[in-house]
Parts: sequence; structure tokens; C-alpha cells
Amino acid sequence: MEMLRDDNWLLSVGTFLPMLGVAVMLFVPKVEERLIKAVALITSGATLAVGGFTLMRFDFGNAGAMQFVAEATWIPVIKSSYFIGVDGISLPLYFLSMVITFLVVIYSLDHIPSPGNPKAFFSLMLVLQTGMAGTFIAQDLILFFVFFEVVLLPMYFMIGVWGGEQRQYASLKFFLYTMFGSALMLVAFLALFFKTGAESFAIPFLVENGASIAKNVQIWIFAGMFIGFAVKVPMFPFHTWLPDAHTQAPTQGSVILAAILLKLGTYGFVRIAIPTLPDAAIEWAPYIGALAVIGIIYGALGCLAQQDMKRLIAFSSVAHMGFVMLGISTLTSFGTNAAVFGMIAHGLITGMLFFVAGSVKERYHTLEIQRLGGLLKQMPRLGWILGFSSMASLGLPGLAGFWGEFPAILAAYNPAEGLNVTVYRVFMVIAALGTVLAAAYLLWLFQRVAFGEPKPEFAGHDHDDHFHDVNKYEITAWAPLLIAIVVLGLVPNLLFKVVDPAVQGALSAFGG
Amino acid sequence: MLVNQFLILAAILFAIGVYGVVARRNAVLVLMSIELILNAVNLNLVAFAMRNGSADGHTFALYVIAVAAAEVGVGLGLVLLIFRNRRTIALDELSEMKG
Amino acid sequence: MSVVAASEVLNPLSSGWFLENSWLIPIIPAVGFALIIFFGKRLPMKGSEIGVISMVASLGMSAGSAYQWIQRVGSAAEGQFVEPVIRTWNWWQIGGVNLTIGQSIDGLAVTILVVVAFISTLVQLYSIEYLHGDRRYTHFFAALTLFSAGMLAMVIAEDMILFILGWEIMGLCSFMLIGHWWEEGANSRAALKAFFTVRTGDMGLLVGVAILYFASNEWTTENLGVSGFSIHGISAWALSGEPNSTVILMASIALFIAAIGKSGQFPLHTWLPDAMAGPTPVSSLLHSSTMVVAGVFLVARLYPVFFEGFDILGAGGNLIMVIGAITIVIAAALAFVQADIKKVLAYSTVSQLGYMMLGLGAGAWLPAVFHIFTHAFFKACLFLGAGSISHSASHHSFDMRKDMGGLRKYMPITFTTWVISTLALCGVFPFSGFFSKDEIIDNVGNNGYTMFMVIGLVGAFLTAAYMTRATYLTFFGEARGAAAGQHETEHASDHGHDDHGHDDHGHDAHDGHGPRESGPLITIPLMILAVLALSSGFLNATPFGKSWEKLKDWVEPRAAVVMEVHASGPGESRIRAEEGHHSSPCGSETPKEGVCFAPQLEHAKFKWSKALLSLAIVFAGIALSWLLSVALYTKKNAKLVGLTSRNKVLGAGYRLLANKYYLDALYEQVIVRSVAGPISRAAYWFNQNILDGVLHGVSRTTRSVSSWTYRNIDQRVVDEAVNASGRATKGAGGVVQPVQSGKVSQYGALLFAAASVVALVLVIVNT
Repeated sequence: MEMLRDDNWLLSVGTFLPMLGVAVMLFVPKVEERLIKAVALITSGATLAVGGFTLMRFDFGNAGAMQFVAEATWIPVIKSSYFIGVDGISLPLYFLSMVITFLVVIYSLDHIPSPGNPKAFFSLMLVLQTGMAGTFIAQDLILFFVFFEVVLLPMYFMIGVWGGEQRQYASLKFFLYTMFGSALMLVAFLALFFKTGAESFAIPFLVENGASIAKNVQIWIFAGMFIGFAVKVPMFPFHTWLPDAHTQAPTQGSVILAAILLKLGTYGFVRIAIPTLPDAAIEWAPYIGALAVIGIIYGALGCLAQQDMKRLIAFSSVAHMGFVMLGISTLTSFGTNAAVFGMIAHGLITGMLFFVAGSVKERYHTLEIQRLGGLLKQMPRLGWILGFSSMASLGLPGLAGFWGEFPAILAAYNPAEGLNVTVYRVFMVIAALGTVLAAAYLLWLFQRVAFGEPKPEFAGHDHDDHFHDVNKYEITAWAPLLIAIVVLGLVPNLLFKVVDPAVQGALSAFGG
Repeated sequence: MLVNQFLILAAILFAIGVYGVVARRNAVLVLMSIELILNAVNLNLVAFAMRNGSADGHTFALYVIAVAAAEVGVGLGLVLLIFRNRRTIALDELSEMKG
Repeated sequence: MSVVAASEVLNPLSSGWFLENSWLIPIIPAVGFALIIFFGKRLPMKGSEIGVISMVASLGMSAGSAYQWIQRVGSAAEGQFVEPVIRTWNWWQIGGVNLTIGQSIDGLAVTILVVVAFISTLVQLYSIEYLHGDRRYTHFFAALTLFSAGMLAMVIAEDMILFILGWEIMGLCSFMLIGHWWEEGANSRAALKAFFTVRTGDMGLLVGVAILYFASNEWTTENLGVSGFSIHGISAWALSGEPNSTVILMASIALFIAAIGKSGQFPLHTWLPDAMAGPTPVSSLLHSSTMVVAGVFLVARLYPVFFEGFDILGAGGNLIMVIGAITIVIAAALAFVQADIKKVLAYSTVSQLGYMMLGLGAGAWLPAVFHIFTHAFFKACLFLGAGSISHSASHHSFDMRKDMGGLRKYMPITFTTWVISTLALCGVFPFSGFFSKDEIIDNVGNNGYTMFMVIGLVGAFLTAAYMTRATYLTFFGEARGAAAGQHETEHASDHGHDDHGHDDHGHDAHDGHGPRESGPLITIPLMILAVLALSSGFLNATPFGKSWEKLKDWVEPRAAVVMEVHASGPGESRIRAEEGHHSSPCGSETPKEGVCFAPQLEHAKFKWSKALLSLAIVFAGIALSWLLSVALYTKKNAKLVGLTSRNKVLGAGYRLLANKYYLDALYEQVIVRSVAGPISRAAYWFNQNILDGVLHGVSRTTRSVSSWTYRNIDQRVVDEAVNASGRATKGAGGVVQPVQSGKVSQYGALLFAAASVVALVLVIVNT
């Protein structure tokens, strides 16, 4: 793989800048809330600026190559090195993580969940940002694993401290589930390392040498990685942590969880599991595809059964990530492109939906769908934003969600060579059915929450302080997401042209 | 040999000091006895230094004097505090360290 | 097959600015939509002016395109295939797939463009008055404009992706507009139902497009240089003899499911009558004249695919015809039991869409397209007429039995336009419906489907009858309810229908006077549409000979074999074609060389004898229905009134119709409820109890294993060892404990004693 080493300080700065912010924040007394917020805002803003600069310096004509590559010895004993770089697959996700963190910080300026303590809250968020960005740039398995785990702890505390009533249960479930997965993943990484001659943990090296491992060994190694990543995605039947974590997490946590954390899993498949173990991928693909379509239908049915708006959105994530995994499981560049697009689109759209849910909760103090109603009447802007996000989520063409969904369905018609075409065509039809169910649960949600008259218990509160429409912090945090949803929907090539060359490279083992 | 007289003097001083530390009840007297022991040591150090013709012993002796000054300061401070709390400086009434 | 004569010389086709830039037609209202959303509320007319202006601009461009298309057709030689005007731009590319977006303008596109832009303009004008003072006036115009943008985009689409885009935007607008008055639960439910039902069909669209893409991509790339999304390419591929018959059949079925959903065909027609909950201009524009014909348009657009897939013109009929024929009859029958004037019209729309499908299925492509064209005018007029009545005469009621009657005296213009459009709908000579509907029926018979022709005639009889009933109830007899000046605050509907979105949301306080004629913004569109309902049939007046068949010349693609195709676009057409005199091999056999873009179709010869027969049937329907209506509603004939409750057979029939064949019950009570209820609950139960149960079981087991380990291993074995060593130490400590007196002087003594002992030992050892 081609490596470009220009400006190789950029990624390290972009990744660790938030840690600098955390260090500064440690010296700010707890009571100085304004100062703390300012530090958080400036840090995340500066990080985003570095991200933007990275975007500017990125050689888009050469998106298939690793760029800004930096390599330094790190732990020579185990032949692991500090090896980072981005290509067309990781760049959008890397940048998205920065955007989302920045927007979440803006949103948090006005919405610190109880029990308060912005200092700890923002510190965790910035640590989280470092972990997420690091995962997307790591080109060394150990480094990847470290960042992958760094993400876990802040999120655990975020749910456990600022979460809802059952936060302890949810946070522990989240933590243990992911730890379980990553333990197996680590074993798989080590197996891969030793089977390729114990020479290096560098991903490009492993991609080159992984294919030479015997097929039955590959299958077992893949199994370990599969569980590690599938828990994170989450795929049916490893998804049960997700609804609890999402429901209990504070709004900010849900947004970051949905927008970025889930992508760590799918990214792992695209970046590590499939390119390093092509033979095993072929064997596993039909099962992944089957679990993906089960997830699509199952997630949709789960949504239809929900009484809680946030839990419904959480289940919709299971369904949407099913489309992403279906795209990946075709092992075609078409499907993988769709999957990467789907990751970004899902990040934007579901993040947006969680923002809206958070704001509804803040105003009504409940997310029980039956108690809500007439949102459009009391807060027309919030209502229309909910409508817009629902429409985007159900895959309306012209909005970003469509380009993750439709090409995935399309790709399933014609999977990579060596896969059973009939099976995949069945998947295609089931996935198409999933789009119908998506329309059903999202519109049903929208109809019940936004249409009609407000319920009596909330009817008279129109002039309460709580019952204001979207305020300036919210709109500032949301507008970029809303605009991105439309722009990516109308000009999908913005993303496809970056992602495609890298996907071609990643799937070179399957003949494109 | 001149050194022998020094050593004998030092031994006598040391013995007096030991007697004071072990036998006296008054904390101030005990402190003074400790000073005696220290000075007996100093005397030995200087005497051997003279015999060996090196300056090491002198250096150590100076060092010990400095430490002894500090020790006395701390020791008197302790005694003062004990007196404030207990209205006595009799050492055999202090048995908090009993195991 | 007759011998094909080769003609080397072909005329270069003309083009023009409007044709080249037709892609602007949907862009204008799309921009208009954005402007209304962002600035609408601050404008003096609340954004309606932007809507109207953008629609007028689109209409102007559509008319320009139509004019230039006619010139282009004129510049072609006889029998020469008139290439559509195609312009494409790259949209995205992945994995070697290069997707373009662009326009493809041909006769069909031009026809629908003009219809959509024209009716949109009129409906927007009408809405200015009709929705005056509505609280979401601006939103209404925004949605209406966006709808037009979506429909126009779908019509000009060169590729299936843009087609889907337009198709779904229409669905979205339909949802927003049906639910315009969402404060009432019934409206929002109807909106949901419409979107959801159509979306169920859309599944077929996604699957169908996927199948077509992969099946045709290789061929189209090789032969035409376009991707398998290109409509142009797919059409040629379908007729190339290349496709596997199973694949193309699957694709056709999938796409036809989408058409069924969108165009309200049996068995997915149930959303359309409910969609009448939306404001009347919406019903007029979306749910009668334009959006609902999108399904028909899909079949017409990809006609070669359906032609091959369903073996159209083959013996015995096909799925399209069967569905069309069923729809005609069942919808017409339902129209008889409706009390709501808009629902009568809605079922009538469903039934007419059935005619279009029947025509397409039977190979009568042009008559079906022509019927889209004429139907748009008279049905829009009827709906706007119904809106006019409710707006000015019946105090926002649509109930014919309770709140109307005798209105012809008060509303002369509405009455006249209504009657003209009704006659057009019934197919009375010389109104437009006669020319299009009779053509369909005639061609169905001519292509050998006698049974379907009979069904078409039965449908014509029913149409005439239910429209006569509706007309009688509305305009004749004596005034009842609101029409008679009685004002009820509550309209209790005694038919169990969904309550309508009465137009009283935010309306000006009504003056409370009796019925009167509506204002000019309402009547002028009515009059324009009525004129067209009367005259548009003459565009393709088969009875008067070939020279009157203008539309056939302009719109029907000529089924010529095209030898060389240049994707270079129009203007420099260097096509060499073999000209077939009215019978080219296209569609019936695989062309040896070159490609076909349209199958060769037959046209029935017009015979007055057949026309008179169908006219007689129509008049019989009108007369019979008139007599029955007079007897039932005015004279209250004791034998007829209440007959359904006395006669068992009739009663059962009536109940079947009143319950809409129980289809709604099947969908809502059985399918939707089971999916939304037990099935999803079961899935969730599975999630909570099985999956999470496993998880909790694992965690419980882990906990009990760990506590057992803790109690038995950790506490007993490991800790025991630790404790034992601790105890030993403690015992030893106890022994020497007395030494620890706590007295410093004793410690000192001990220290010195020990030192002395050590010194002694040293002395002894050293000596």
C-alpha cells in the first residue's frame, strides 16, 4: 500500500489535542463552570480546526493511499509501534468524530445533565474524543486495541454517572459486553500476529501476510474478531446492551454512542477483519449477511413494540447497522462503499434523532410516546426537525440515509464471487421489507409524537419556561448535521469519491 | 600513647551517658545524657582521625555536632509538648507505645 | 414478419433551448420550495406568490419543450425513431459504477410535464383563495411546490435513481399534505396509511431497479455506453432478446407492485379514498390527476420491460390487465355507497386508473397515456368543483346526502363545469373522456381480449351510473342541511367513515349565509379545466381520421430498429435506421442488428358501430341511475328506500361494499395490527427474555460461580493459608509482647545491653 508521509504531525495533534484540553481543565477549579465550558469549547473547536486542516491537506486524488503516515517505535518488545495514518475510509469517520464532539460540546453548554459537574463531564468527553479519533487512525493492532479500549471507560462513566434511573445496570452491561468482545478480539489479534510470523502488528503488514494463513485457522481468528466487532456494531444477537445503554445514557452520550462508537465495530470489519483474513471472510460472509438481515427485521419489530421514544431510536440503530453489515457482507466494493456511507449517514441522522429525543425529554420530562403528542403545535421547529430526521432515517431519497440503504440492497443482488447468489437475493428482499418497516415505525413515532393535540397534562404549559421551542444552542449544534444530511443526500459523490479508492484497496483480495 | 587517654575518656563519658539514659526519669536529663553519648562518639572520631592522619573523622564529628544540635531542638520541643499535655516530664509514665 | 425495407437517409432531428434545458423544469419549483420555507412567512402573500410564480415558470418551460418536441418530431422522416433529448451529468461513482443524473425528454415526458405543470399552476391559484387564512398556509404552498418538483423530476428522469428520488418526494409530500390538518387524529392516520401503503409497494421499486440494474448493466454498457440504471438503456435491453425471461418477469412483477401501490390498484387501493382527508386542492392535484398516475407512468415509461416480462399482446391476458380490470369494477361498485362526494371521486379515480392499467396491459399504450392526459383535466375539475361546493355552499361539508342538493341554482359556474367534466368522465361524445376511454376499450377488444373489453364496458356503465347519482344528489332535488342554510357545528357522520378534515381550521369566520357561487380564483381554474375537459380529446380524435391523431404522432415512440446509437446527444444525430412500414420486428422478434427502444403496437380501427354501442351503454347507465336517484332521494319510493335492509342478498352486498370488501379490516386489523402488536411484541419479548435472559443467566451463573469460589476456594483454602501464617505470627508476637513495655528507658537499656552483647561477640570472634 502506498504511504504518504507529508505533514505527519497532523494526525497526532488532531488526536491528542483534546488531552491537552483535559490537562488544562485539571487546573481549573470545579466551580468555574464558565471557564470550564470555554476550555472545552475551545479545545474541541481547535481539534475540529485541525481536522478541517487535515481535510484540506488530504490528497483526494490519492484517497486510496495511507496519508499523513507517522511511525515511531513504541513497545519494541512486542514489535508494536506507534503507526498512524488515514485513507479514504478512515478520513470521513475521523472527521465525523471531531464534528460530533464539537457539536455535542456546543449542545452541552446549555444542557449539562444532572448531577452536573461539568468539569468531569467535559473531561470525559474530550478523552472519549481522543479514543475515537485514535481508533480511526491507528494502523497498528495494539495501538488500535488501546484506543478501542480508551473509548470504553469515559463512556462507562458517562452512562454510569449522568445516566437515567437504571444507569448502573446499563453502564455495567455496556462495559462487560464490550470487554467480553474485546478480550476475544485481542486473542484474535495475537493469533494473527503469531501466525504471520510474530514480526509486526502493523495492519498493512498483516494484510499482506494474513492471506497466507491456513483457511481453517483463519476462520477461527475471524471468529474472535467477529465477536469483538459484532458486539460493538451491534449485530443481532449481541445487541442487547445497546437499547439499555442508549436509553439510560445522557443525550450527549447517546449521540456520541450512536454517531461514532457503533462505527468502531463496522470500521473494524472493513479495516481489519476482512482485508487481513480474506478466505475466512468468504466463509463467514453469508452468516454475517444473515445476522444483518435478521437485525434489520428484528430491530424494526423491536421498534414497533417500544413505548419509549429513545428506546425506539436505539432499536432503529440495530436495524440500520444491519444495512451497513449487509453491505459489508457482500464483500463487493459497491456494498462496502454503501456501508461506509451508511455509517456516516447513520451517525448524522441517528445522532440528530437522539438530540431531538433529548430535547423532548428536557421539556416534557418523559419520553413515553403515549404521553406525548402535538409536538408540532407546541414546538413547531422541534417537531419539524423530528419529522425531517425521521424522513432521513427511513431512507428518503435526496437525504443521506438513502445512500446507505439503497446501494446496500442493490449490492446484495450481486455479491462477490464465491458467495451464494440465491441466498443474497433472499437477503435483498428481506432488507427491502425492512425499509417498509422502517417507514412504519418512524412515521408512526412521528405521527404519535408530533401530530394531534397535546395531551391534557401538558396542554396548558405553553408559556412555561421549559416549553420553549428550539433555542440557539440547540440550533447551532444541529444545523451542521441537518445541512450535512441534505448535502450528502444530494451530492453523495462528496463521500463516495473519497471512500471508493480506499475500499477498492481494502477489497483487492476479492477482485474488486 | 596519647590516643588511649582519649579513648578512655570517651568510654567514661559514654558510660555516664548510658547510665543517665537508662536510669534517670527526667526527660531533660535523658536528653543531656544522650548529648554525652554523642560527644563520647565525637571524641573517638577525632582521636582515630588524628591517629590515622586523615580528615574524615573531623568531618564526621562536625556533622554529628550539627545533627546533635538539631536533635536537641526537636527533643526539647517534644519534651515541652509532653509537659503541656501531661504536666509532667517523667518518662516512665509514658507507656503509650506498649504493644 | 413482413420484409423490412432499408432506408439509408434519415433526417437530422431538430432540437432547441427548451428541450436541451428541460432539467430546469423541476429545479425551478425545487428552488421555489426552498425560498418558501426560508422566506415565505415574511412575504406579503405568505409564500404563495413564489409557488405560483415557480409553477408558471415551469409551465412556460414545459410548454416550450412541448412545442420544440413537436418540431423535432416534425423534422424526422416517417417511421424514423425520434430520439429522446438526453443530457446527463455524473452524479457519483463507486466501484466502477458510474451513475449519471439527467434528463430524457420524449413525447411521454413532455405530455406529463405539461399536464403536471398546468394542473399544479391552476391548483395553486385555486388554493390562494381556498386556503386563505389557513394557519399553515405557507407550509401548504411549500409542500405543494415541492410535490411538483418531485413529480417533474420523476417525469424527466433519465435514470431510475432520479426516478426513485422523484417518486419518494411525491410520497413525502403526499404524507405532509394529507396530514395537513394533523390536529385531527383521523387526518394523521390517513397520512400515515397513505405513506405506508405506498411504501409497501416501493419495496418492489427498489428490488425491481436492483434486478434490472444487474441484469442489464453489462449489455447497456457495451452497446449503448450507459449504465443499467438508464431508462433508455433498460428499454433497449429489454427488447434486445438478451434478457432471461425469468429475470425480466421478476423485475416486472416487482416494479408492478410499486405501480399498484402508487396508483391505487387493487389490492393496495385502500389508501386513496382515505387520502381525501387532505385539503381538496391536494386531492385534486395529488390524488387524482398527477401523483397517482405515477404508477401508470412507471409502466408506460419502462414499457419494453413490462412488454417482455408479462408478454403483453400474448394470448390470455396478463397480470397488469387482470389487476386493472378488477380495479375498474370493484372501485366503481364502491363509489355507489359513498355519501361523501370526495370519496365518490376518489373511487372513480381508482377505477379510471384501472382503465389506464388495463390499456397498458393490453398493449394500448397510447390510449392509456392519452387517458392520463384527459383524465387529469376532468378529474381535477371535478375535485375542484367539490371543493368549491364545500367552500361556498355546504359549509365545509362533503356529505352529499346531508348537506347538499339543489345547488345548481346557486352555483351556476360550478354546476356547468361539473356537468361537463362528468360527461367527460362518463365518456360521452364529444367530451374528452370519450376519445381516450373508448380507445382503450376498443383496443383491448381489438387485441383479442374480449372478456376484458366486456369488463371495460361494464365499468363504463357503472361510471355513468355513479356519477349521475352524485350529480343528482349534489345539484338536483331539494337543498338539505348546510346547503339549505342550516348550520351545524358538528357534522356527525353516520356512515362510519373517517371524519373529514373540514376546512374550518383557521378559515375566516364564515358569513353564515346560504350557498353562493365561489370567487374568481376558484371559478376561473374550474372554467379553464372544463374547457379542456371538453376539448382535450380532439388532440387524438380517432373517429375523424388519421389527420386528427396528433398525439399518436407526437407521443408514441416509433418502433423502428435503430442501427447506430450515439450517446453524443441530440442535434448531431447520425442514426441510420431501418424503416419498417408500420410493422417493425421490435418486440416480436430479436433484431439481428441494431436496437429497439419501443415495441411495435397495433392500433384498432375506429368503427362507429362500436362507439355507438358503448355510448348506448353509457346513456343507459345515466338514465337508469337518474330514475333510481329520483325515486330514492326525491320521491322516497317506499319500495326502494331501505331495500338493502329488507332483502338479504342486497343487504349482504351493501355491507360488503360499505366495508370496502373488508380489505381495510384485513390490512389494519390483521396485518398491521399483528405486526405492530403481537409480532413486534413477541420480538421484543424475545429480546428482553431470551437474549437478555441468556445474558442475565450468564451473569447470574458467573456471580454464583464466583461467590462459590469466593466462599470455598478463596475464603477456605487461600485465605486459610494466609490466616494461618497470620495466626502464627500473632502467637509469636504474644510471647514477646511483655518486652514491649512502652517505657523508653527500658528500650534504651535493652538497646545498650544488646549492643554490649554484640560488642562482646565481636571481640571474642576477632581475637
